[in-house]
Amino acid sequence: MSDKESLENALRDWNAKVEKPLAQYPERKSAFVTGSDAPIRRLYTPVDTQGDYMEKVGLPGEFPYTRGVQQTMYRGRFWTMRQYAGFGNAEESNARYKYLLAQGQTGLSIAFDLPTQIGYDSDHPLAAGEVGKVGVAIDSLADMEVLFDGIPLDKVSTSMTINAPAAVLLAMYIAVAEKQGVAADKLEGTIQNDILKEYVARGTYIFPPSPSMRLITDIFAYCSKQVPNWNTISISGYHIREAGATAIQEVAFTLADGIAYVEAAVKAGLDVDEFAPRLSFFFNAHNDLFEEVAKFRAARRVWAHIMKERFGAKNPKSMMLRFHTQTGGSTLTAQQPENNVVRVTIQALAAVLGGTQSLHTNSRDEALALPTEDSVRIALRSQQILAYESGVAETPDPLAGSYYVESLTDSIEAGALAYLKRIDDLGGAVKAIEQGFVQQEIQDSAYAWQMTVEKNERVVVGLNKFQVKEGAPKGLLRVDPIVGEKQCAKLAATKAKRDGAAVAAALEALKKAAAGSDNLMPPILAAVRTYATLGEICDVLRGVFGEYRPSVMF
Amino acid sequence: MTDSLARRCLAGDPRAVARLISLLEDGDRDAYGVLAALKERAGMAQIIGITGPPGAGKSTLTDKMIAEFRARGLTVGVIAVDPSSPFSGGAILGDRLRMQGHATDPGVFIRSLASRGRLGGLSKATAFATRALEAAGYDIVIVETVGVGQSEIDIVKVADTVVLIAVPGLGDDIQAIKAGIMEIGDVFVVNKADRDGADRVVREIRAMLETQAMLQKGRAVAAGPDTLAARNAEILHHGLADMRAETPQPDGERVDLPPVIKTVAETGEGVPELCAEILSRFAADKASGALDERRHKAIVAQLKDLVGWQVAEYFAERERDGRVEALARAVQHRTLDIYSAARELFSALVKGEEP
Amino acid sequence: MERKIRVIVAKPGLDGHDRGAKVIARALRDAGMEVIYTGLRQTPEQIVQAALQEDADVVAMSILSGAHNHLFPRVVELLKEKGAEDILVFGGGVIPEEDIPFLKSKGIAEVFGPGTPTSATVEFIKAHVKRG
Repeated sequence: MSDKESLENALRDWNAKVEKPLAQYPERKSAFVTGSDAPIRRLYTPVDTQGDYMEKVGLPGEFPYTRGVQQTMYRGRFWTMRQYAGFGNAEESNARYKYLLAQGQTGLSIAFDLPTQIGYDSDHPLAAGEVGKVGVAIDSLADMEVLFDGIPLDKVSTSMTINAPAAVLLAMYIAVAEKQGVAADKLEGTIQNDILKEYVARGTYIFPPSPSMRLITDIFAYCSKQVPNWNTISISGYHIREAGATAIQEVAFTLADGIAYVEAAVKAGLDVDEFAPRLSFFFNAHNDLFEEVAKFRAARRVWAHIMKERFGAKNPKSMMLRFHTQTGGSTLTAQQPENNVVRVTIQALAAVLGGTQSLHTNSRDEALALPTEDSVRIALRSQQILAYESGVAETPDPLAGSYYVESLTDSIEAGALAYLKRIDDLGGAVKAIEQGFVQQEIQDSAYAWQMTVEKNERVVVGLNKFQVKEGAPKGLLRVDPIVGEKQCAKLAATKAKRDGAAVAAALEALKKAAAGSDNLMPPILAAVRTYATLGEICDVLRGVFGEYRPSVMF
Repeated sequence: MTDSLARRCLAGDPRAVARLISLLEDGDRDAYGVLAALKERAGMAQIIGITGPPGAGKSTLTDKMIAEFRARGLTVGVIAVDPSSPFSGGAILGDRLRMQGHATDPGVFIRSLASRGRLGGLSKATAFATRALEAAGYDIVIVETVGVGQSEIDIVKVADTVVLIAVPGLGDDIQAIKAGIMEIGDVFVVNKADRDGADRVVREIRAMLETQAMLQKGRAVAAGPDTLAARNAEILHHGLADMRAETPQPDGERVDLPPVIKTVAETGEGVPELCAEILSRFAADKASGALDERRHKAIVAQLKDLVGWQVAEYFAERERDGRVEALARAVQHRTLDIYSAARELFSALVKGEEP
Repeated sequence: MERKIRVIVAKPGLDGHDRGAKVIARALRDAGMEVIYTGLRQTPEQIVQAALQEDADVVAMSILSGAHNHLFPRVVELLKEKGAEDILVFGGGVIPEEDIPFLKSKGIAEVFGPGTPTSATVEFIKAHVKRG
């Protein structure tokens, strides 16, 4: 009898033995499921992990990178602890960045306000009430100069959450560096630059898909020559998950978007190994610890195969899925907000056990308002405790070989591949989004989740169980309502000081380039240098490209 | 209430128009009285029906058409119909989303209707709502159908001009052209014309229109709706190119086929041409008397529907008050024959007996 | 025919987080209401015109960007100007507790915070809608 057969026999006996007392002492639930609603068996054993170890799991830093993209992982260096921050005007944000750097944070992560993210200046009618609310307001190079004042751009790596107008903000960053005397090839950082998930989940789109894809491939091409250490895109599952997707959907839709970007770049004539090493990903981390760890491992494995087999990448760096993680904002409760510290810790643990390259931990009060400085510090300290005290960072991929985790990794991979097949059949991610397929799938999951919580089939501590009577939370961060007025005044002053003729000429040149097929980065950079505003630049592009109108599905 | 609501509707008060449409939709009898007071404005607007399969881009196209008509100085009312949930009776009406850019234009009025799953009731509500918008003085009233089922056919009873939309790449390329639908189109649109296969859809529609025209002119044997449907199916089966080669070309006499216009609703491409075509056809029909004839037929059809609905409603009421039950029992016990029972119900209806 | 409750579900302001708005829209539909979904980036003027033309009984708004104190009261104000103060207006999203008294004083009937079950919203509408 083989080992496998004897194990199977033993399992049969065990199950029979277990069934009897269960009649008297039943399990807590009739069915156990993961956060993605996938069934969880009573027990996992070697029977549940099929296939060849080297082929499927392998070693850290080696194809298919299931165990991580570096050989020694955090034994060399911890993940980058990077807290997303920014609010109000450039001066206030600049002060917050300096504070975070002084607290031991190792990279900056810039949050922009909504008008900036949608390419409106602060004096646009739609910007009323929004200026400086969820991030910093940037209208022109003048604001960007203040934002990075006293922060040497050759010494920090900067991540910017900017999508539709990513080219403009990157150009401003390059222009600020020029003024600091820092050459573009010394710059390190990331722009999110992922428009597809804006259409399905986050909503800060401007232009229709095809000119948006062109802007993205123009950035790929420009940076591969001029800003070689810049991560040109952060393909984001984070917001897809926040919008209600399951873990499997998060992996599937993110990688489908990734495929669309690679295809667009290849179609634009770029060599895959020239830009693919600069692709990075951005995932969520929710509470189901093992499923989340499996999700990260599965995502790495699936992507490695896609790059190698589908796109013929030769450079191992092209096959490595490097990612940033943020803990799940939608898992935080407004009720008993202190409990969120615990949730964030579990989620951060999942990200670290899953081999993340950088991590943002949410603050306990984010279901209520922008985080206060105290809350941000606790969130950062949670990461530091994991890094320095928990011991989980001392060996790569410590959960590898867990029958449960390996089995979950396989099932997430299978689920994601099934989705990728469906999306391919629809003609790829762009088409699937245009037809509303992705949005519909996410919404269905969001609604199903909400209903299971309302029916108490899922417990959210403090929300539908273990509630207490609470007073109104105190000491939340408030953005000074005067920020909008101040910002508008500053914008007017910038416009008054600049050379109007130079601005007009630069915008005209940009318009011509947009109507043609030249790379748009150089004319955008030229316009930015004249202090043309973000709104002015985006308006020129709106005139040529048109604006995206969403399709709604229910 | 009736008088003031009518007055406010005639004055174009949006809230009054909105309320009237709700009352009509709910089958409120007083609201019918308001309609009577609005009858002088009947027939003043051009009613445009837009139909086509879900996903053809009807709402986006409507949005762009509104802009085009506004640019020509015309005011526009829109009735957009979405399906109701068969489970809850509720609905999510999302067509408006695409047209919200026009929300604050006083020359535009957009109203969403839910199909509410009632037999015939949808087209009744739609027809009444168009009357209300017409009375409020809108030059153009666009009715966007739900895109499936009977509503596609019923639109012809309401609209002066029916625009039929097809798109490439919805699986079967000529999905829009189910037998029986083709006949109602006055203007054909191939939307999303920037996609592969658009020209082929245009060719296929033209071919079918030609075939249809010839059949109607008696050039082919045994023309008739049934044979047309059968022939359409045959064309689909055998491929159009072969069929066209066999079809005798019309000699001398020009056949006036409906136009087939390519549009890209997302960018507005082709929309000015589409609107120009819609307006000029309407003007020509008005001048030639064809419009009068069409509207006459439509009124007859609507009358037939209305009487039918009234009978159905009356029957439903008698079911509720037990009269039908009693008569049925009598028939079952052989104290009455079924025809006498029917006559009894019908004569009560004619005499206007209320429950 | 029984009158249907008609609800405008709108996202004023610029934030794109419409998960909550869409979940609410579905829940209201499943409770038998007719929901007119107007989507993202709506100005108060657009929301009010939609409410008037759609003969809405209720305007439900969701906002997560922090612009609620600016945008919610403006909607109520415009409805009043149009003589439509009978339309029930309420909001939800990430709204600090301390802003709620201000919003209520401006005519926002209720503010639902994160974690509110959809059933509570349905019940609220049924209990407070002014035209039955």
